[in-house]
Amino acid sequence: MSSKPIVEARGIHKHFGAVHVLKGVDLRVAERELVFIIGPSGSGKSTLLRCLNRLEAPSSGSVVVDGIDMLDPKTDINHARQRIGMVFQSFNLYPHMTALGNVTLALRKVAGKSRTEAEAIGRAALDRVGLADRAEHTPGQLSGGQQQRVAIARAIALEPRVMLFDEPTSALDPELVGSVLEVMRSLRESGMTMVVVSHEMGFARAAADRVVFMDHGQIVEQGAPAEIFEAPKEERTRAFIGQIQRH
Amino acid sequence: MIETFLNPAIIAAAWPILLAGLWNTILLSLVVVPLGLAGGTVLALLAGVRHPLVRWPLMAWVDFFRAFPPLVLLIFLYAGLPFAGIELGGFGCVAIAFFLNTGAYYGEILRAGIESVPAGQSEAARSTGLSRLQTELYIVLPQAVRNVLPDLMSNTLEVVKLTSLGSVVAMPELLFQARQAQSLTYNPTPIVLAAIVYFLLLWPLVRLLSRLENRSLATRG
Ligand SMILES: Nc1ncnc2c1ncn2[C@@H]1O[C@H](COP(=O)(O)OP(=O)(O)O)[C@@H](O)[C@H]1O
Ligand SMILES: [Mg+2]
Repeated sequence: MSSKPIVEARGIHKHFGAVHVLKGVDLRVAERELVFIIGPSGSGKSTLLRCLNRLEAPSSGSVVVDGIDMLDPKTDINHARQRIGMVFQSFNLYPHMTALGNVTLALRKVAGKSRTEAEAIGRAALDRVGLADRAEHTPGQLSGGQQQRVAIARAIALEPRVMLFDEPTSALDPELVGSVLEVMRSLRESGMTMVVVSHEMGFARAAADRVVFMDHGQIVEQGAPAEIFEAPKEERTRAFIGQIQRH
Repeated sequence: MIETFLNPAIIAAAWPILLAGLWNTILLSLVVVPLGLAGGTVLALLAGVRHPLVRWPLMAWVDFFRAFPPLVLLIFLYAGLPFAGIELGGFGCVAIAFFLNTGAYYGEILRAGIESVPAGQSEAARSTGLSRLQTELYIVLPQAVRNVLPDLMSNTLEVVKLTSLGSVVAMPELLFQARQAQSLTYNPTPIVLAAIVYFLLLWPLVRLLSRLENRSLATRG
């Protein structure tokens, strides 16, 4: 972890009204690192990810991504967000556009590419997720796994410096999970920096550099996958790992 | 009976007058419907702004113009404003009254449509760097319109019918022309004819609407 950090979040607090959801979270992600975040439902994992691209404004703390101060009001947030790809549990593809339309919209409207240019990039991105032949399909004509892969293509087409995944396979039928993990693995091999919230322990063991365990809005413990899964130091971590491994 | 209500000679005489009126009704609709839609879109987009300085005035505006009878509004603009030295003319008054009245209705329909689009849609769009406005334009509004299309069409039907209010301020639309023809011929035939023309003009829209409504019921069920 000596290389320069792509993501550096410090002292993140987040309140929703009276609810204190994040209680001083520090997260540093090095270039090419894959950080895996686990924790019980409601522990603040999604909120933490959403603070990194300012979909949620932290109540206090600092977030720097690729050298850009994400919380500075002077930062062009729309431009900064292009460096941070995000994949959601529920895919969130635009249902009124084709797969290619989904992938090319931001390329054209934010990155300022011409339609031809955007479509060439978009088709290449769809090819990377194995869906070159589905470019003209609408989301309704695709399986859940295919939709999530289009969502990944939509994000990587912008050539982000880091990708955030919020439970990317939780909404999928079990037989479709593999195809999405496969794409994530190849993304990892291409050197993408990734922050992944997921319960796919097999994937974490095989691909993660570091596993972070969160509970009640705090990072309880973090370390190499083997450490966290085999020899957790904290009782809360042990309880959680035991619980999910029984499933 | 026929002699009174559908007198052939009077039909022949009144027809060109009514035709001019029909044409004006269509033109008027082509102006007030987009105007109302544009006003409604702005109102619906503003409804997404949570700031109290936008929220409360917006709510007051929409409530006021939905509660205010459009005929009263129109007469006020036409007959009241000249006392303040503002002469807008028949067409200007109709355009403004419709913008205010139907804009408020279209606005409420579109707002409901916007609220029916899942928040995840905007979040995905914003995460790729689209601005708030781009997100509304390219992602939210197209889905919102699709979700409330029957309501939008039904309101449009009302708006076209309401253009007959223009007759009150001497806009030479269909009803006004029919009244003219009636007073020239001392016979109700032109009014009956106008009713038939209104029906023929709007019936295809009504048919289309009920097909849309059946379809959306079917997809919901
Ligand atoms: N927009 C919001 N408004 C109010 N409370 C929220 C909001 N988003 C999340 N929360 C609350 O914050 C807590 C953490 O949520 P979340 O970050 O989604 O947890 P996780 O992803 O770990 O399941 C939960 O108690 C949730 O109810
Ligand atoms: Mg979550």
